[in-house]
Amino acid sequence: MTSDITQHLAGPTALITATFLIYWGATYLRKVTGIALLNPMVITIAAIIGMLKLTGLTYDDYRESGRMIEFWLQPAIVALGLPLYNELRHIKRQFVTLLLTELAGCLTGIVSVVVIARWLGATPEVILSLAPKSVSTPIAIEISREIGGIPALTSAIVVMVGMIGAMAGVKVMELWRIDRPVSQSLSMGTAAHVMGTNRLAEYGNRYGAYATLGLILNGILTAFLAGPVTALLI
Amino acid sequence: MAKQFGIIFGCLAAGELLSLIPGLHIPASIWGMLLLTLLLSRGVVKPQTVAPVCKFLISNMAFFFIPPGVALMLYFDLIAAQWLPVTVATLVSTALVLAVTGRLHQYLHHRHKSHHHSNHDK
Repeated sequence: MTSDITQHLAGPTALITATFLIYWGATYLRKVTGIALLNPMVITIAAIIGMLKLTGLTYDDYRESGRMIEFWLQPAIVALGLPLYNELRHIKRQFVTLLLTELAGCLTGIVSVVVIARWLGATPEVILSLAPKSVSTPIAIEISREIGGIPALTSAIVVMVGMIGAMAGVKVMELWRIDRPVSQSLSMGTAAHVMGTNRLAEYGNRYGAYATLGLILNGILTAFLAGPVTALLI
Repeated sequence: MAKQFGIIFGCLAAGELLSLIPGLHIPASIWGMLLLTLLLSRGVVKPQTVAPVCKFLISNMAFFFIPPGVALMLYFDLIAAQWLPVTVATLVSTALVLAVTGRLHQYLHHRHKSHHHSNHDK
């Protein structure tokens, strides 16, 4: 019977419960202390990794709970179609501006990461894994696979980028004096994909829409440009 | 509830078919999103219909990102081996993308606006 109990304590239901409760706790903590850097998502991730390591569980034990939660990311991304629709009129008016901006952002993302990584001595496979880092995980993994990177590493890096963007993106933009809401949203979606979008969507639907746009355009552009540009640089 | 999820998952399902197109690395969910936008803009689906579920999903997106984040633990070794180039490149590049995209957009938008205002008076 003890083994039954242990099974349940380490089972998907218990782990999902833990995920919800920790996230709730972290959200409450941020609200109560007012410290923006206490990102509930990041805290929960750290807490669960810590918990798994401490109890000797592996990621395999979390996998099933993880899948049930992560599954909802897909319809959530589809749902971004609504704020996007609400902004269509405005988007059509500024289409050229947006396209130019996204092109610049996309190229900056690919070139800067490749050049710096190369300068600091990363191996070619790692450099190729880094190249698609600004776009959403599913797109980035595909690109990585195509150009010869390590998809698993790419997905880890993409998550890192998202977390950095979600935690420090707004502050960084303050430093760069990017203060127009639309510009902020666009940048966050471009630099930190869905996590960046989500961070801005907290402020309102309009922000969510432009961040989504940044995400989509950068995703498409990177899909086409990552290969050729990296080939030129390596 | 069921109608809204039906529409959203329907878009996702159609998106999965579209993602099979070779050459374009566009995932199913992005196709699905574009499809939903299309359906809304054509009036096939009314915004008010899907708004409640969409709002719920979007506002909770951060939570759904937790499992991929936890999956990071699988790649600690891989990252640790070349942590310096990976970390620095990622940090600097992310900051640069934010800077370039944001500043350029503000600049272009400002120019666009002053162009328009010189042509029409609002």
